[in-house]
Amino acid sequence: MKLRTWFLLPAWLSLVLLFAVPFAIVLAYSFLTRGVYGGIELPWTAESYRRLFDPLYLAILWRSFAMALAATALCLLLAFPAALFISRAARHKNLYLQLVMLPFWTSFLVRTYAWIFLLRDTGLFNTALQALGITHGPLPLLYNDGAVLLGLVYGYLPFMVLPIYATLERLDPALVEAAADLGARPLATVWRIVVPLSRPGIVAGSVLVFIPCLGAYLTPDLLGGGRTVMVGNLVQNQFTTARDWPFGAAVSIALMALVALVLVVFLRRQSEPLA
Amino acid sequence: MAELRSSASAHAAQVLRYYFYYSMAPILELRKLVKHFPGQQAVREISLVIPRGSFFSLLGPSGCGKTTTLRLIAGFEQPTSGDVLLNGEIVNQRQPYERNVSTVFQNYALFPHLTARANVEFGLKRHRATDIGRRVREVLELVGLTGKETRRPAQLSGGERQRVALARSLVLQPDVLLLDEPLAALDPKLRKQMRVELKALQRRAGVTFLLVTHDQEEALSMSDHLAVMNEGRIEQVGSPEDVYLRPRSRFVAGFLGAVNWISGAGIRPEAVRLLPAGEVTSGDATSGDATPDRRAPGVVTGSVFLGDCVQVLVRLHSGEDTVAQLPRRAALFQPGDPVQLTWSAADEMTFP
Repeated sequence: MKLRTWFLLPAWLSLVLLFAVPFAIVLAYSFLTRGVYGGIELPWTAESYRRLFDPLYLAILWRSFAMALAATALCLLLAFPAALFISRAARHKNLYLQLVMLPFWTSFLVRTYAWIFLLRDTGLFNTALQALGITHGPLPLLYNDGAVLLGLVYGYLPFMVLPIYATLERLDPALVEAAADLGARPLATVWRIVVPLSRPGIVAGSVLVFIPCLGAYLTPDLLGGGRTVMVGNLVQNQFTTARDWPFGAAVSIALMALVALVLVVFLRRQSEPLA
Repeated sequence: MAELRSSASAHAAQVLRYYFYYSMAPILELRKLVKHFPGQQAVREISLVIPRGSFFSLLGPSGCGKTTTLRLIAGFEQPTSGDVLLNGEIVNQRQPYERNVSTVFQNYALFPHLTARANVEFGLKRHRATDIGRRVREVLELVGLTGKETRRPAQLSGGERQRVALARSLVLQPDVLLLDEPLAALDPKLRKQMRVELKALQRRAGVTFLLVTHDQEEALSMSDHLAVMNEGRIEQVGSPEDVYLRPRSRFVAGFLGAVNWISGAGIRPEAVRLLPAGEVTSGDATSGDATPDRRAPGVVTGSVFLGDCVQVLVRLHSGEDTVAQLPRRAALFQPGDPVQLTWSAADEMTFP
């Protein structure tokens, strides 16, 4: 075999063993029948897919989609100015980038628990608000959609900042000067020149945030308190509590199809001729 | 009625004052302009007056502060001290988008995501101009880009990109058009052609051009006036003839063209003639040249054929290496030939 083949072998092996094979298993399970005590049995059936169209499950899929979309939009809104600031900073650029990465120094689980301690009725925010006399009695900050959205935005913000920063960093500063020279005020320059030219970073960041948000299960589980069910939680429930593996598998496949669809749309937009 | 008349006359007076003021104040003036960067004095007290409607060049070697000067005028940099005046008004505090000057950047800085037309429209839209369609059409015609409106910068040639950059700035009718080495990115042949076009364009558009360049031929061929800069200072301001024929310093003499230094005096290669050793003539009566009343003996060390002329290298007996630029038809000299270098005292450039 050629050296090139040897070099590619580990990547191929891991893709086949860790992605293709499990995918095939999940796909197969989704077409099998639920066992009496969990697990799977023959015969082959498409019953699980039919159940997906139950309004209850469609609502969960839709709600996950909406939550992921909202989280992506919020991340974009927060990340773009931050990335712009870092890319235009005269000094301490590396320090700012390190600060963006700082949350990764501890586990995602620990950080999500930290939010519980901040948001709960006796948490830091509520205690502080009451101590300052701004509120009387705790605000319902935890275990709702807002808390989940906050957790998602917090968790995936760096994935939006970094790709946008990368494209802004490559942006020719002369273009910004040219815009000002032609009479554009700073906001017009950002909107008409900087934003369109950083589209590759915006698309990459949006994909990197949207996809994990769509399948998120830890954040809605911990910060939503089980009340905010997203599709990730549905899959987990089916495999654990409900012991309905075929349906769990079918939901997983549906989720994957949704992700693939979004990717195709995003990437087609990105491949439009620009420069 | 009387009130109306008085207000009308007040208006007329205002208009008159306006025209008087505008015709008197230079379009651009720099007063004791200084710019320090950390560890570097880029511009050290520059004072300059740019006449309205002229083609003015800042000429100097790289790092002489000419681009910084341009950026101070555009408003991309703030002066450490001194003033920039546009139409007699100090504009130091104004942002680039509040100054009626426009820049053609060295690499044009065209917006890659916009078509040629959208690039040209950009400034007009920011100024909420009316009649955008007609003005864009006219300026594209002026620079010769009609038919290329829908192309993106990547689909245009280097010369076309430059025209878009010019059109984008000219359409705003700036008081001064600032050009930062606009020809540097073009290939040599196109560069020579664009020199002529740029000059013609400046005349047609009637806009004051301030060009920054390190290419003396470019500055000499296009400018009405030029300022030679060195190490953050202006060495000399004048017409191309002035600075080339009557340079005020050795630096200016050497930067604008080749100079033979013979016992302290500078003589341009085209101002010297060669005679075979021993021959004595009292000058060529048919040419209008001044009488070559100075001479120095030497030996030919080589020659370079340049197509339209020949450069003969001569080592003088006094030790100086010199160059004589001669018409191609001039007698051919061979290396080793003893010769006399002759020139006129009127062509000598002397410096204190």
